Amino acid sequence: MTIRFEDPNRPNSYIGRTVPRPNAGKLVAGRGRYVDDIVLPRMVHVAFVRSPHPHARIGAIETGAALAEKGVLKVFTGKDLAEICTPWEGKLAHLQGMKTPPQHPLAVERACWVGEPVVAVVGRTRAEAEAGAALVEIDFEPLPAVTDIRTALDKGTPVLHEALGDNLCFRKSNEAGEVDRVFAEAPRVVEATFKTARHTGVTLEPRVIITDWNGADGQLTAHVSNQAPHMLQVLLAGHLDIPESRVHVICGDVGGSFGLKVHVYPDEVATAAIAKIMGRPVKFASDRVEAFTSDIHARDHEATGRIALDENGMILGFDVDDWTGIGPYSIYPRTSAVEGLQVTNLIGGPYAFDHYRCRTSVVFQNKGICAQYRAVGHPVAVAITEGLVDKAAAEMGIDPIEIRRRNLIADDDYPKTTAAGLKLEGLSHHKSLDSLIEAMDYEGLRAEQKDLREKGVHRGIGIASFIELTNPSPFMYGIGGARISAQDGCTVRMDPDGSVVALTGVTEQGQGTEAIMAQIVAEAVGVSPDLVRVVTGDTRVTPFGGGTWASRGAGIGGEAALQAGRAVRQQALEVAAAMLQAKAGDLDVRDGIIVDARSGEERLTLAEVGRIVYFRGDTLPKGLPRELMQTRHFITSDYPYAFTNGVQASYVEVDTDTGFVKLLKHWCVEDCGRIINPLLVDEQIRGGIVQGIGAALFEEVCYDASGQMLNGTMADYLVPMSAEMPDMVIRHVETPTAESALGAKGAGEAGTAGAPAAIMNAINDAIRPLGGTVTHMPFTPERILRALGTITD
Amino acid sequence: MSEHFRSRIDLEFTVNGEAVELTVPAGRHLIDVLRLDLELTGSHAGCEHGVCGACTVLVDGQTVRGCLTLAAQLDGAEIWTVEGLTESGAIADLQAAFVERNALQCGYCTPGMLASAKTLVESGSVPSREAIREHMSGNYCRCTGYEAIVDAIETVARTRAGVEARVEAKVR
Ligand code: FES
Ligand code: FES
Repeated sequence: MTIRFEDPNRPNSYIGRTVPRPNAGKLVAGRGRYVDDIVLPRMVHVAFVRSPHPHARIGAIETGAALAEKGVLKVFTGKDLAEICTPWEGKLAHLQGMKTPPQHPLAVERACWVGEPVVAVVGRTRAEAEAGAALVEIDFEPLPAVTDIRTALDKGTPVLHEALGDNLCFRKSNEAGEVDRVFAEAPRVVEATFKTARHTGVTLEPRVIITDWNGADGQLTAHVSNQAPHMLQVLLAGHLDIPESRVHVICGDVGGSFGLKVHVYPDEVATAAIAKIMGRPVKFASDRVEAFTSDIHARDHEATGRIALDENGMILGFDVDDWTGIGPYSIYPRTSAVEGLQVTNLIGGPYAFDHYRCRTSVVFQNKGICAQYRAVGHPVAVAITEGLVDKAAAEMGIDPIEIRRRNLIADDDYPKTTAAGLKLEGLSHHKSLDSLIEAMDYEGLRAEQKDLREKGVHRGIGIASFIELTNPSPFMYGIGGARISAQDGCTVRMDPDGSVVALTGVTEQGQGTEAIMAQIVAEAVGVSPDLVRVVTGDTRVTPFGGGTWASRGAGIGGEAALQAGRAVRQQALEVAAAMLQAKAGDLDVRDGIIVDARSGEERLTLAEVGRIVYFRGDTLPKGLPRELMQTRHFITSDYPYAFTNGVQASYVEVDTDTGFVKLLKHWCVEDCGRIINPLLVDEQIRGGIVQGIGAALFEEVCYDASGQMLNGTMADYLVPMSAEMPDMVIRHVETPTAESALGAKGAGEAGTAGAPAAIMNAINDAIRPLGGTVTHMPFTPERILRALGTITD
Repeated sequence: MSEHFRSRIDLEFTVNGEAVELTVPAGRHLIDVLRLDLELTGSHAGCEHGVCGACTVLVDGQTVRGCLTLAAQLDGAEIWTVEGLTESGAIADLQAAFVERNALQCGYCTPGMLASAKTLVESGSVPSREAIREHMSGNYCRCTGYEAIVDAIETVARTRAGVEARVEAKVR
């Protein structure tokens, strides 16, 4: 039975509606339970001594003074923990030629970035642990540091990990067509360089974990602020030599994640190892300085790109050389090569053309580790693509909308495999662009821009089309040997009162997972969403799943929930049919009541079915199946990824005296397939856009040439605050995926993917007539004044 | 660390309308007094540096940063946190508007946001969106992009002003 999504008046029509989030009430009341809120009996606290050097050999470690400090219980070095915890290597088998050395929970011989944990000090309180940490003396012998990306492979540059031979972690080239010939012969070739700064996630809740080893049960419990509990379960078990079944990971309320909390961190593994040694609960709560130095960083790409066009402005090809520095280790277990890899796949993504080359070079440096952060690779690829398209349009005198109209893949040209090799099921670039133009009144804005220009006010309009990878299959990680689940599961259970519990393998970090699961299950079973309770984030309780990342929660977890809910409904109908001596096929469940499907006549409540099944099963025919609890799992199989598309526009005003950019308005039209909860999708997109705005205008982790971090506080690393942010208009086109009955694709990363490019193009639209352009993010007042020639030194 | 700095201090103040007597280390900050000593975990720490606003609570009617306020400054103070504001119903309309408008995602910033918003909507006038954005710009939110928060506060300010205007009209 299919759901008639096109009929908003169908029974139990909760999918597609704005329904309030069931867990929001407790959060506004301060009743959330984040990991740092948890206090366990006998719990101790760990603080880390971190390397102050970008690169140094670790000599003698003097711990006597720390151990003598009141309240300090234990001190552990890298060698201590190496005895009970095996090292890891963030590699994937399908990323050929990838190199990365073994990494330990605490640095053993060398510290390789400022902030790498070297010694762990355990105290009765966090303050005592920190006081002890301040007394540990480590004999560091500084070593030469690698910091620059482009010269990392040069002969004169020191090799960071001698055993690897050079500083190249991974290199991949993706090539199709005849790039050299086409670029040599093309009527128009436009070139530019781009930089995306090094960012970090700055979740408001810093990373935090409590691990508890119960020796009597031989069991490790971890309460952790994380997006992938089952992944963590498997990996902690492996490295600490505990059976997987004896590791229990619980992710309760999570104070923001954005990819930052999907990785394995050395200090968190160290906390687990210490719990296993000490046999009592250990808490590690990162402070903000630690967050800046030890949370994953991302982006940090430098690229040179070229676009070739014919005389009509039709794109012939792209040729991009991308470089990225990822710190001293590839992240575990997802690897730090994926952001570069995504760039090689995503350049030119929205457009039809035949000739393609993109190479990424992923190099080691003595800085924080870079890894997957919201919209992995997309903001980089979209900025390069849309920066080149706009530059070409400007040089050829073509309106930015017009050049996109000419080149965007036609809405009826799917399924399609792009020159970069991406399999696209169905996208709506042109429909989305039409909707954007109408939403923003493009012509009106252009007229206003022209008028104001004459008055010396410099406003700009920037457009950015993009595609976005969602609903990943095992092609992303599983085929590379990583124990990261691409499938997900949901168990739906009906209780005696007719209410429903849904246990899902995807997790909640504020996106609204619980709300959409409740809606989907409510519609599937035929009850009101407030009768559905959703359980997430507990490896003992939920089906084995991947968690929430890569915009997979709704598309993968949602489909499993839909199928499990429908299975429970079918089972309830079978029981009701037996009770009513009717045929299950003639009955339906509507708002908690079994009705005659054709007439709608009410026959029986679900609560009555529950009462009979659970308390008076003797009255049902012997052998009648009566499992009002069903589990279904879902995995995508037709396409490696479900691509979504969208287009954003930014309207800015540049103060040419100060270089400040005022964001006047922002628009986004997005196609994430079937929308389950419009309000939640809109707010995902708005939040994502603002993260993209941060990338465009403010955010940059700064290191000096020696590898010292210069801005490790929130006062120095600027993030978007409410005063500077614009209002945002969000619209949708819906092209559901046919891979699932639900038809949902992901929506969580689109905002971040497209916003930086839209803002870059808007700034350049404003300042190009004055003779400047900017392509190195963030676009600080200084960089803009340099582009304008106001600052020249 | 000097003996003086280590010493503990005795405090008497009220939290959420309840009298509290406590002895705490002199260097203790309000956010730790709330979270560690009083188990009021609704207030959060995000930066412990006075920047993010996650620790915002009300002391004698004013918003303060719990991470910058020393316990020693609290003697005799009247403190309200999200737990007490919820119980008293003082911000019920703000909370309802936040839920309705989805002005929170992970919720980590929300208690601080509500405390900051409370002082704004209490002013009785209807602030412009720019004024709301300005007033709230000491509270960092990584999730929402702020627009929903501005909307929710604007709605409450309007409703409250409307109610007050009607009351005024009746009085007149
Ligand atoms: S924790 Fe107090 S302002 Fe951030
Ligand atoms: S809702 Fe997550 S920080 Fe504001």
